[in-house]
Amino acid sequence: MRYLPLTASDRRQMLAAIGAQSIDDLFAGVPQAARRAGLVDLPLAQGELEVERALSQIAAKNVAAGSVPFFIGAGAYRHHVPAAVDHLIQRGEFLTSYTPYQPELAQGTLQSLFEFQTQVALLTGMEVANASLYDGATSCAEAVAMAHRVTRRDKAVLSGALHPHYREVCETYAQFSGLKVAPLDPTSGMAENIDIDPDTACVVVQNPDFFGELHDWTTLAARCHEAGALLVVVVTETVSLGAVKPPGDMGADIVAAEGQSLGNALNFGGPHLGLFAAREQHVRQMPGRLAGQTVDADGRRGWVLTLSTREQHIRREKATSNICTNSGLCALAFTIHLALLGEAGLTRLAELNHATACNLADRLAAVPGVRVVNSSFFNEFTVRLPKPAAPVVEQLAEYGVLAGVPLSRFYPEYDDLANLLLVAATETVTDDDIDQFTHALGEVLR
Amino acid sequence: MPTLRFTKDHEWIRQDGDTAIIGITDYAQQQLGDIVYVELPAVGTMVETGKEAAVVESAKAASEVYAPVSGEVVAVNAAIADDPAKVNTDPMGEGWFLTVKLADPKALDGLMDEAAYAAFVAEQG
Amino acid sequence: MTGWSQALGSHTGPDASIEQTFTGNRGLQLEEPLIFEQDSLGHCGVDLPEPPAHRSRLGGLERQAPIGLPGLSEPQIVRHFTRLSQKNYAIDSGLYPLGSCTMKHNPRLNEKLARLAGFADLHPLQPEATTQGALELIETLAHWLRTLTGMPAVALSPAAGAHGELCGMMTIRAALTARGDARQRILVPESAHGTNPATAATCGYAIDNIAANARGRVDLAALKAKLGGDVAALMLTNPNTCGLFEDEILEIAAAVHAAGAFFYCDGANFNAIVGRVRPSDLGIDALHLNLHKTFSTPHGGGGPGSGPVALAAALAPHAPLPWIVHGEDGRELIEHAKGPAAHSIGRLKGFHGQMGMFVRALSYMMSHGADGLKQVAEDAVLNANYLRVRLAEALSQSYPGTCMHEVLFDDGFLKDTGVSTLDFAKALIDEGFHPMTMYFPLVVHGALLIEPTETESKASLDQFADTVVALSARAKAGEAASFHDAPRLTPRRRLDETAAARKPLLRWRSEPARQQAAD
Repeated sequence: MRYLPLTASDRRQMLAAIGAQSIDDLFAGVPQAARRAGLVDLPLAQGELEVERALSQIAAKNVAAGSVPFFIGAGAYRHHVPAAVDHLIQRGEFLTSYTPYQPELAQGTLQSLFEFQTQVALLTGMEVANASLYDGATSCAEAVAMAHRVTRRDKAVLSGALHPHYREVCETYAQFSGLKVAPLDPTSGMAENIDIDPDTACVVVQNPDFFGELHDWTTLAARCHEAGALLVVVVTETVSLGAVKPPGDMGADIVAAEGQSLGNALNFGGPHLGLFAAREQHVRQMPGRLAGQTVDADGRRGWVLTLSTREQHIRREKATSNICTNSGLCALAFTIHLALLGEAGLTRLAELNHATACNLADRLAAVPGVRVVNSSFFNEFTVRLPKPAAPVVEQLAEYGVLAGVPLSRFYPEYDDLANLLLVAATETVTDDDIDQFTHALGEVLR
Repeated sequence: MPTLRFTKDHEWIRQDGDTAIIGITDYAQQQLGDIVYVELPAVGTMVETGKEAAVVESAKAASEVYAPVSGEVVAVNAAIADDPAKVNTDPMGEGWFLTVKLADPKALDGLMDEAAYAAFVAEQG
Repeated sequence: MTGWSQALGSHTGPDASIEQTFTGNRGLQLEEPLIFEQDSLGHCGVDLPEPPAHRSRLGGLERQAPIGLPGLSEPQIVRHFTRLSQKNYAIDSGLYPLGSCTMKHNPRLNEKLARLAGFADLHPLQPEATTQGALELIETLAHWLRTLTGMPAVALSPAAGAHGELCGMMTIRAALTARGDARQRILVPESAHGTNPATAATCGYAIDNIAANARGRVDLAALKAKLGGDVAALMLTNPNTCGLFEDEILEIAAAVHAAGAFFYCDGANFNAIVGRVRPSDLGIDALHLNLHKTFSTPHGGGGPGSGPVALAAALAPHAPLPWIVHGEDGRELIEHAKGPAAHSIGRLKGFHGQMGMFVRALSYMMSHGADGLKQVAEDAVLNANYLRVRLAEALSQSYPGTCMHEVLFDDGFLKDTGVSTLDFAKALIDEGFHPMTMYFPLVVHGALLIEPTETESKASLDQFADTVVALSARAKAGEAASFHDAPRLTPRRRLDETAAARKPLLRWRSEPARQQAAD
């Protein structure tokens, strides 16, 4: 078997050295009742050719996003990732290395994490960022938990325009941690009127929000701080930070974001990349790993994991989070992609996204019966159709267009959201794609 | 004359009238290694005998500092918050943690004196 | 040989006998500054077209200040990250004897297949008619995991082992709540990985530790004494973190169930028993698996992972969303707690799970097959026991006798040498090895936990064992100073972790800001 270096001769020699008659002797500690004769009921070993053939056949049953006009966002965005990114992250020293607990053997990982943390802090306008969490949704749940630790209050108010998956994850976590989550209704309008009482640890909002609308949360931040609460701002599309005022400049205390847009493919939803940034004064309450700068015995600059006493392997039940494995390689892909883009590239990429979305919005608004709901947006917005959006999306798929996500998929019980469709357009969308979309939509709505 | 006593968790406590200063011993700071951070309670907090009063951290470990007595925290040592190394260099002096107004002025009676603590430490090996 | 000094020098200051170069580089060991220190203002490594004219719909929320990101060309970026990679140790370079991490070879076929457009370029919210292959792959993986564990259900959304532990504990708590039997405590062995108590706390439970017995296993009497009507579950790792199979596991399971509690198993050490022992036969109610351990998905410098959770019938109704079911038109996702999923604990992460890791793990499983997977466990256990006997005299094994896939030593062999476990580990680095797990589990002093995995050749094991034996002899011969100095040959020597924790410097700052901070 190609991945197992031991030969039959090796095994014989080693058993002899151990003083065992057979390998079964080494499993003598397993209770008799739990021993199984023979093999489990699964196929036997296969060569590369067979495995590749089998999985390629399964892959072929999917419609790849790049093979058709594609307009789906809702928290995961299709961007072009430069070829160099994937080549670099597949270098064995990055791909197959372990968590950098032995810093002398991991300066590559640690330096790139330090660069990642700096990039995330700069993008979000915050003071400090960690070395990644699983994804944006769990990042949001961790932000709520951190706000509880910092304020010692029990309640989190969630905007009705927060990504439903993020809300749901917060609700699941709160159900078991004892925190109270007060999600507002998705039809409840502007968050500026949110009630902030002495029990409120944080208010969680999103920018652009789930429906694509942009907001200035500065006033809300001030209201939160007056009431002794924290403002958590969620960002699901990090490319937006190339064009839009960042949460840090609005007074956010914690930013929980999804970094998949940079460096990482859609991957059917995972692995993605949780970003987490906060004010420096709260750094000891942050979850996740942190890379810090220091010097070695020769006085040369280097990096180490630091403030580790917050983490599970040291603090155990008093840790700020139970997280161990994070999204390391996805963070590296993000770092490399953003390093390639730089300030000028990210700014231009963001502008391209917005311009494409503006074009799409104008073209869709010209289809009879279709109305763009948003007054502002970045690269994603909501349209109102003259009939329920879910069947329209299915019909458009038959025309070969992946036309966005009907809001009913997230809010099946809200009749007044049934005709709404969430549509995204990144730099990968062409004029021809838009032509096909509007043409098909016109046909389907006739 | 201030009374100096010690606990089995390697805290020291020095009483003067109805208040007492609390810190960790030289043995404790040696065991912990370089102290990097100290988490002190807020002034006005009520501490309880045997319960956590503060936390002291090295790069690789975090340890609770337990209150040897019950009472109200009337002062904390901001100097060790700024410069945790003081706990290593002068654990019995500049490295003090907090001052407590004793709920029971006789609370120190049951604790080890210097000689008993020295013997206790010798047994640790 | 010139250049490298083995002299017993002082702890600080450059080693004078090592040749200093103009650049600070040493042959192939290249120094590399931060990208922020190499900025070519306005430059870019990606060519993007001019955006077409458009009316801004940003609602007046345009960014006002620059971000502060550096601009560089592609050649500079490629060189930067290539140089960084060269400062990393990796499985591809050598053995990682890290206990309970299962640092096995990461097959490249897995990488190729995960990148097929049909898997990678797929949005989770596409109409299900366009993602039937993805749903089929997830179900196929679930089938393999159900068969290997013997459990009837698998929850696939947890993103890592700790996330899987949380999932498992949440289903247990939900099941207890559903039967009106809220309980407050979780029992955890002292040898448990830190994620276990951290997870239990996140789930709202109080933790009670159970001591190990003299044989390094859970003390059954101590366990029974702590079991009661307020214990929700026991969290056990099997084989445990001392590398030993919990041979009283059937009695443990019986006692736990008799008390009305659930039996959670941390599956981090599944590599020792995959294909040979089924967790369902051990009385386990929930078990998370680490696809990035047993099933070879790459560690990537810290992640991503995937932590699916196998569930017994009593817990299956509470599995997190989404569920995959068979509808009239094919496979469907249930994304809301309705119908069959009405008792689900809800969602644990965005979208559906770590699909990229599912493809890699399934490719690995299919490559090995039932026969190969059994061989994996056998070779893993064989390799660990071979190291056990090779190192028995040089080191001090904490629990003598046969081990499973990993073997635990303590610092007894270093007594009176002035060399700590840490020093010993750092000396291994100069010899070209990543150290073994140190100071874990906490149940022995100065622990050294060694797990070679099945993908190490006998020659690799012999070289490692010979090195450890030689270092042990050197320590016992009183040459402590050379250990205190180690490592000397890596791109950086021992780093000051105290300073890093006292004055955390967690990001780069531009010059004016740094000057302000200094003032």
